[in-house]
Amino acid sequence: MLLRDVAAVALGAAVTGASFGAISVGSGLPWWMPVLMSLVIFAGGSQFMAVGVVAAGGSPAAAVLAGLVLNARHLPFGLAVGDVLGRNPLARIVGSHLLIDESTAFAMAQRDPARARAAYWACGVSLFFTWNVGVLVGALVGQAIGDPGTFGLDAAFPAALLALTLPALKDAATRNAALAGAAIALLTTPFLPAGVPVLLALVGLVAFRTTKKEEPCPSPRS
Amino acid sequence: MPVTAVLILAAGTFAIRFAGPLLRDRVTLPEKVRELMSASATVLLLALVAVSALTNGKQFGGWALAAGVAVGGLAAWRKLPFVAIIVLAAGTTAGLRLLGVA
Repeated sequence: MLLRDVAAVALGAAVTGASFGAISVGSGLPWWMPVLMSLVIFAGGSQFMAVGVVAAGGSPAAAVLAGLVLNARHLPFGLAVGDVLGRNPLARIVGSHLLIDESTAFAMAQRDPARARAAYWACGVSLFFTWNVGVLVGALVGQAIGDPGTFGLDAAFPAALLALTLPALKDAATRNAALAGAAIALLTTPFLPAGVPVLLALVGLVAFRTTKKEEPCPSPRS
Repeated sequence: MPVTAVLILAAGTFAIRFAGPLLRDRVTLPEKVRELMSASATVLLLALVAVSALTNGKQFGGWALAAGVAVGGLAAWRKLPFVAIIVLAAGTTAGLRLLGVA
């Protein structure tokens, strides 16, 4: 049951990876660049982000900054799944690199600690494998395709990102913040250097209001 | 995309990931901070979607591009498989360009 779910997610990662490889090469990067990124960064969203910012003419600094802000969410993930990595230093180092949305979700879904550990490693290792193979294949195919504009690959990139973002937009507070941020980014694009408007979108977080009511009286611990 | 930028992003990402298991016994993040971190990821992604779907440089990116992304978004909303989303988006844009739509 668990293995079947992991296999399905791993297969999905291969397809997403292949698109990332093809789209990156289409945006003008050499074939080994998306491959290197996937091996050493291993965080799909931030890889798409970095390539997208640079492809739009943004500076590498803006790309790195946006990628890091995007990956900041891994900090609470790590706090949450901390014990599945165990105490062994090597396991902690390797395990940290495999800390992604999917492996966190699979580990947190298990009640039993031993099963949580098994789920974390099974998911992390399989996705690392399928993601990187997918990226390599995509990059090589993308190189063979030639001019990406003719094939509409510039539309494939935002569409892929939108598909990845859509589930998180179900939450009303997140959606308001994201829509406000997108509007800010679009309105400032004609006036600011490329890459900056996307970072400026974070101002949209002022619209982020969780719908939970404030407690009527302050709790004792505060 | 210089290799240095890739390596800095990789090192920073690893540091963020490694900090969690390391600080686990000493730190608890307030719920509000965790929510804000996950929301900021979505805010950045949607902003990048908007900018790359609607602009090219500092100008409007053209109807073919916008329509392709819209079709892809529709496919994602209808829960079509990831490959279908990509192919529909790229196909729409390529088709419109073939017909002479900029």
